[in-house]
Amino acid sequence: MTKPKIATTSLAGCFGCHMSILDIDERILQLVELVDFDKSPVDDIKKFTGRCLVGIIEGGCCNEDNVHVLKYFRENCDVLIALGDCAINGCIPSMRNEIPLKECFDEAYKDGPTVYNPEGIIPNDPEIPLVLDRVYPCSEVVKIDYHLPGCPPNADIIWEALVALLNNKPLDLPYELVKYD
Amino acid sequence: MNDKIISQVCSTYNNNKTRMMDIVTTLNKQLGGIDDESIDLIAKATGSPRVLVESTISFYSFLSKDKKGDVVVRLCNDVVDNMQGAKEIKEVFEQELGIKCGETTEDGKVTLEETPCIGMCDQAPAALINETVVTSLTKDKAKQVAQDLKGGAAAETLVKDLGDGNNANDLVKSMVNNNVKKKGEVIFADREDNVGLKAAIEKTPESIIEDLKISKLRGRGGAGFPTGLKWAFTRSADGDNKTVICNADEGEPGTFKDRVILTEECNLLFEGMTIGGYVIGAETGIIYLRGEYAYLKVFLEDALDKRREANLLGKNILGKDGFNFDIRIQLGAGAYICGEESSLISSCEGLRGDPKTRPPFPAQKGYLQTPTAVNNVETFCSVARILEKGGVWFAEIGTEASPGTKLLSISGDCDNPGVYEFEFGVTINDMLSESGAKDTKAVLVGGPSGQIIGKDDFDKAICYDDLATGGAIVVFNSTRDILKIALEYMEFFVEESCGYCTPCRAGNVLLRNCLENIVEGKGQTTDLKYLEELGESVQFSSRCGLGQTSPNPILSTLKNFKADYEALVKEDDGFNPAFDINKALSVAEDIQGRKSVIFNENH
Amino acid sequence: MSEKTIKFKIDGKEIQGKVGQTILEAAEEAGIYIPRLCHLKGITPHGSCRVCTVKVNGRPQTACTQPVVEGIEVENDTEEITEHRKNIIDMLFVEGNHFCMFCQKSGNCELQALAYRFGILAPKYPYQFPKRELDATHPDIFIDKNCCILCGRCVQTSKDIDGKNVFEFVGRGPEKQLAVNSKANLAGTDISVTDKAAEACPVGAIIKKQEGYAVPVGKRLYDIKPIGSEIENK
Repeated sequence: MTKPKIATTSLAGCFGCHMSILDIDERILQLVELVDFDKSPVDDIKKFTGRCLVGIIEGGCCNEDNVHVLKYFRENCDVLIALGDCAINGCIPSMRNEIPLKECFDEAYKDGPTVYNPEGIIPNDPEIPLVLDRVYPCSEVVKIDYHLPGCPPNADIIWEALVALLNNKPLDLPYELVKYD
Repeated sequence: MNDKIISQVCSTYNNNKTRMMDIVTTLNKQLGGIDDESIDLIAKATGSPRVLVESTISFYSFLSKDKKGDVVVRLCNDVVDNMQGAKEIKEVFEQELGIKCGETTEDGKVTLEETPCIGMCDQAPAALINETVVTSLTKDKAKQVAQDLKGGAAAETLVKDLGDGNNANDLVKSMVNNNVKKKGEVIFADREDNVGLKAAIEKTPESIIEDLKISKLRGRGGAGFPTGLKWAFTRSADGDNKTVICNADEGEPGTFKDRVILTEECNLLFEGMTIGGYVIGAETGIIYLRGEYAYLKVFLEDALDKRREANLLGKNILGKDGFNFDIRIQLGAGAYICGEESSLISSCEGLRGDPKTRPPFPAQKGYLQTPTAVNNVETFCSVARILEKGGVWFAEIGTEASPGTKLLSISGDCDNPGVYEFEFGVTINDMLSESGAKDTKAVLVGGPSGQIIGKDDFDKAICYDDLATGGAIVVFNSTRDILKIALEYMEFFVEESCGYCTPCRAGNVLLRNCLENIVEGKGQTTDLKYLEELGESVQFSSRCGLGQTSPNPILSTLKNFKADYEALVKEDDGFNPAFDINKALSVAEDIQGRKSVIFNENH
Repeated sequence: MSEKTIKFKIDGKEIQGKVGQTILEAAEEAGIYIPRLCHLKGITPHGSCRVCTVKVNGRPQTACTQPVVEGIEVENDTEEITEHRKNIIDMLFVEGNHFCMFCQKSGNCELQALAYRFGILAPKYPYQFPKRELDATHPDIFIDKNCCILCGRCVQTSKDIDGKNVFEFVGRGPEKQLAVNSKANLAGTDISVTDKAAEACPVGAIIKKQEGYAVPVGKRLYDIKPIGSEIENK
């Protein structure tokens, strides 16, 4: 029997949630017994090699590439998990949501107190993904099947959730593990 | 300079903070807006925390901190007005005045705004220009009005042709028409003034309550509480000072029947209120007149003066020793919620129009903590007639459980919009044929807080145990988009929620947004369940009648026009159709001067 | 207060209340927790959050404002009511900007704690991302309207307990917001850090400065035990 596949990605996040995945410590050995990793920064596979059971998304969508990747995940995964607060509600990156984009650019590249940019250039290489008007939580872009909150989510909650999913059991998470911070 | 005006106005109301509504509406009119300095002065004069004054001003849409133009044009943007071209009228005003809605002309002469239903659906599109009502606007008329205003014309001078009946009275001088299309036996019957009141003072309050119970009169505002019972509660409540309040804040979009009573039958209303004072033992009477009807205030005050002169108000009324009662008019300032009785009481007390916590009920502790009976305009009129003709007479009109007549304000897609006095039990079909409605697709019964019903329900009857209504009936023919109409009504509720409780404040916004997505073709099948569950939570958890009924435009159309929804929503395919990548990218594309490569095919 | 007892039922269980008590208070004495947010002991009940809505003889009523009456049947812990409560909590989360990960109140926040108690992993409604203001002008107290849930606890506490009128609401509907009794800001009011109003906030909207993150993660009020368990395990 082939093992089910898992894919992960980090969109507008800080990779903290991925660190938390690694924080399951020695249980990662159990995990690789249960699943294969497909597209993920963990193994640096860039493109899906086949259909995945679970896609784990860290981060919300702050630019067009995030949207592209998120949709790519939705197309290739049966179940999508929004992992961590950024994927769920935009979190820190979304603090810019009430500020017009132009002001954000000016503050970041021109006017910020620590900025040295005498020519006042706003980076605009075609390779740089265009930034969205605001940060979108993942569920505003695609359907999300499960949310695991936390900044980052505790490694135990990730483990519990994955084990339940892989064993086709309902997500029944202990009180102490569900935290928004 | 403002100091003087402010101290003068405050002292007119004895520097009494419970008269804050009068103080701030008067000052807003005189100063064009009440700025921070003025707020401080009012607070000082009335001994009120400044933030409380600010709280009141910020609540009502006719009051503002910013100075507005000498003339404020408020275009009615009700559904019926929009059906009759209000959007084009708005464009004409914007073009002629050179400003957008919400702005003031550079010379400070004119401010242009939109406002929900002003009670003129039978002569839409209409506008409120300061306190002057302009009706049946066409593009040409709108152009003329705008030009006149630009030239500095005063609002009153815009009225060229006077309306019928008392609309032509010197104290009203309005172009509004009554449009009474059907007279019934109770309100618009031939009768002699004050017969009911004279009969009442020959009886004991208890026996009048008995008459009311025999008549089975129920409140005409829509909720249908038995009037006799309400008055009995208020009468027996502890407290020396009691209050009778008439709710003339008919803000339900599509209703305008009280406007006609106030114009043509105000003495019947005053008579009913005076009987109310006698029955419950109140000396204070208040008419809460919606700000939109301010054009009737002087006329009504004059009528009250005449009653005082005739000893129909004041001390020892009609020679009855110890029967003292008087009525004052409390003007509102643009807040639908104040039609809710406890909000109305808050407003009469000079506060923001938040509903009050119940219990205590108004009958126990209402206006300034006094036992208070709040009734609809039509209810008071019915009381006066019952005292004149007897409870049995009344009980025989209409149906067994819903006796009497009901005034219906009928508008929308019908040939004869206006006020109809029907006996209870009239069916929607009868009503439609009498008002000349053709090709009817849907009928809004009871305003947006009521139900939008389809053909299957047109055989239903207007009465308390079938289709209960405060009187607003809006007809929609087959060319109308029912979901867009529901959306406009949701917009109204978002605008008019007082914001006190969570479900109404936050829930209505979410309902509106989701319906808007659907109407724009960005909805999915799962949205229907979302709307239903969210709507039910708002209904279940809200604190007052507004939130408990605000999801109705959605819930009733989900029930009666499900196919309209299903035609618009997409199957759920895992991608959220409400997410618009083009819109999300457009700002950055503008700033950076390049197009998306990834989503190129979409451009 | 009269000592006469009033018998009524909550979810079928017989409860004895006292004259003048609300359903919420009587339930609490009997070890039954009715979830609530805007309620605070000692101040006039506000009845605005609606979380404590129960069914009294089949009709929805807020337990924090409804007095106990002989013989009433109250439904509290039912699937239907829990669903509505969760929806209200979801509404409050999406209506404001709640950044729990750096909020000083996190772990001690009653809104967050209720969400934990109900096992909410994420709100079901889209986030609104409103623009809200901060007021850091006062030397000891900080207002962050991003978190404000308009529960009125500060407004009422200032009136009822501190005998002041520091706070009030302005605007209406979705535009409704907290205001202070000063032309400019909180520094212009007579609030003092010792005022009860300064600690009445159930969320992180009114915060005392220089006290943040005093309790480590794991030891905060609701880290291990759900809100309400202190009542249930009495």
